[in-house]
Amino acid sequence: MSRELPYIAAIDEAIHQEMARDETVLYYGQNLATVENAPFVSDFGADRVRVTPISETAEIGMAVGAAMAGLRPVVELYMAEFMLVAMDQVTNEAPRMRAMSGGQVKVPLVLKAGYGFAAGWAGQHTGVITNMFLGVPGLKVVAPATPADAKGLMATAIRDDDPVVFLHHYLLTLVHGDVPEGEYLVPFGQASVRRTGGDVTLVATGWMVDRALAAAELLAGEGIEAEVIDPRTLAPLDMPTILSSVEKTGRLVLVDQAPRHSAVSGVIAGEVAEHGFGLLKAPIVQVTALDATVPYSEPLEAHVLPDEDRIASAVRSVLGTAPVAA
Amino acid sequence: MNSDDALRVLATMERIRHFEERVARLKLAGEVFGLIHVSVGQEGVAAGTCTQLRDDDAVYSGHRAHGHALAKGAPMNRVMAELMGRETGLCRGMGGSMHLVDVEHGFLGATGVVGGNVPMALGSALASRLRGEDSVAVVFFGDGAAQGGHVLETFNLASLWQLPLILVCENNGFAEFTPRSAHTVVERVSDAVAPYDFARETVDGNDVRAVWSSFGGFLERARTGEGPFLLECLTHRLSGHYVGDPAAYREALAADEWRKLDPIVRLRTSLIEDGTLDEAAADAIAAEAIAEVEAAETFGRDSAYPPESLTAEVAYA
Repeated sequence: MSRELPYIAAIDEAIHQEMARDETVLYYGQNLATVENAPFVSDFGADRVRVTPISETAEIGMAVGAAMAGLRPVVELYMAEFMLVAMDQVTNEAPRMRAMSGGQVKVPLVLKAGYGFAAGWAGQHTGVITNMFLGVPGLKVVAPATPADAKGLMATAIRDDDPVVFLHHYLLTLVHGDVPEGEYLVPFGQASVRRTGGDVTLVATGWMVDRALAAAELLAGEGIEAEVIDPRTLAPLDMPTILSSVEKTGRLVLVDQAPRHSAVSGVIAGEVAEHGFGLLKAPIVQVTALDATVPYSEPLEAHVLPDEDRIASAVRSVLGTAPVAA
Repeated sequence: MNSDDALRVLATMERIRHFEERVARLKLAGEVFGLIHVSVGQEGVAAGTCTQLRDDDAVYSGHRAHGHALAKGAPMNRVMAELMGRETGLCRGMGGSMHLVDVEHGFLGATGVVGGNVPMALGSALASRLRGEDSVAVVFFGDGAAQGGHVLETFNLASLWQLPLILVCENNGFAEFTPRSAHTVVERVSDAVAPYDFARETVDGNDVRAVWSSFGGFLERARTGEGPFLLECLTHRLSGHYVGDPAAYREALAADEWRKLDPIVRLRTSLIEDGTLDEAAADAIAAEAIAEVEAAETFGRDSAYPPESLTAEVAYA
């Protein structure tokens, strides 16, 4: 059975269900145990649901210690950028402990943070900084695009024995969608094919998935059938699904809200160039944000971010039906 | 500290001293790999504290961690093998000198980032509290780490939640290559925690009886759920920051001056004076430590390097 829920409520439902299922799950962060979050406190108590000072390094470091002691902390960080003040913990402590100890310890923790709030929040709260967490062996990175995936990936993240950066997109917060009731797990490393088509493969993440789907509908009117793939987890990354789609279509357009030189699309492009070069009938095209700090002014904000028109133009360019977009 | 405790502490200090001196020689000879920091001169802190702990107490340390690991119970041969990068090492050759971990003995780890794991000790202390256990968390850090925001965040959160955490600062007066006076106007690290209103003491870290007594007092209280505590141990790093450091930034102590400060000489002398030991028995304790170091060196040298498959095996749980 499923019913409609907003994306953010689906995440809360997963945390709530996992806390009910497993008493080692803790939930803490800034502003957390206030009136608006009262259900967590009333259901699980002030020992397991805690408000912390604005001390990201201590919060995340404490999570590492608690995880090594056998607990499963979920740290509410609100904004992905707030992890930047604690990057030693996120990238150089939490994901290193297992390897450096020769496999003696497990570090099961979830760092929950919103990202990509391109709604006039300007330079420091709008970033798609996913790549800052990639390339760190030991760390898993999750970026759901639908309410159902948000629930299923959060539940999997909490049960996972490695540190997971769980990135939820702020522009999806109130987007509704069908969400299964009860226990629902989405496996890591398994992409979702959101639309099938034989002419071109579109790979998009987070908020860009809906933009890619909208562009695909636009293109369908022109007789172009796009396949739209959402990797759902960026580490691990499901390359087999992407490669088999490229085998079918021969054309690949990668859509990413991150700045061009820090986008996961660059990682995917590299893998396809190396492992699928012979499958390609046209060069890979990346539709990303510009390499720019996201501006405050609304028209300028739109200028630096990818949109449906740019995605559609890129598709036309790889199909040779339009000039290559600048 | 009764006489049995004193003998155990003396033996622990001798083990650390001879281990560290041998490691320094092996590093210069190329048999030990990587960046090595030894704790010669600071043994009183590790021995006066860790020998009072249990395996279920969590200990964290920094880049100068060999002594803490040994005092907490890590087998010397496996520590030596780790420094030689061997499969039989504590961390199977994945961690090395700056990242020793021995879960079995509650040594949850060293970090190569100054103060990087100080906040992790909060998590161990929180876990003890939530489980209603009387185990405690102890974290060692240097006076150089005490100026870091992450350490100050830890002071605040530990005191806010009154966690059973004992913070042990080894104040050797030098943050890597720089004297404390160039980093801060706060002379004593114990003064830095004053606003957080938790129990704190500064002791002569080379007087191992003082370390034992102050730490023991805090430990007894932490076992009943009190905390946090800060013990600042004023000590002396006899050698440079790392093995090979020319240490041009300071003047070496004269040998006779050092003998007055040396925690091993001081405890040994007092035990001979009070009749607990005679010279021969004291020499035998040192000889036993040397024999253990010899055996550890042979064990490490005779051990195989880890297989290449290990890197993938330990990358994810």
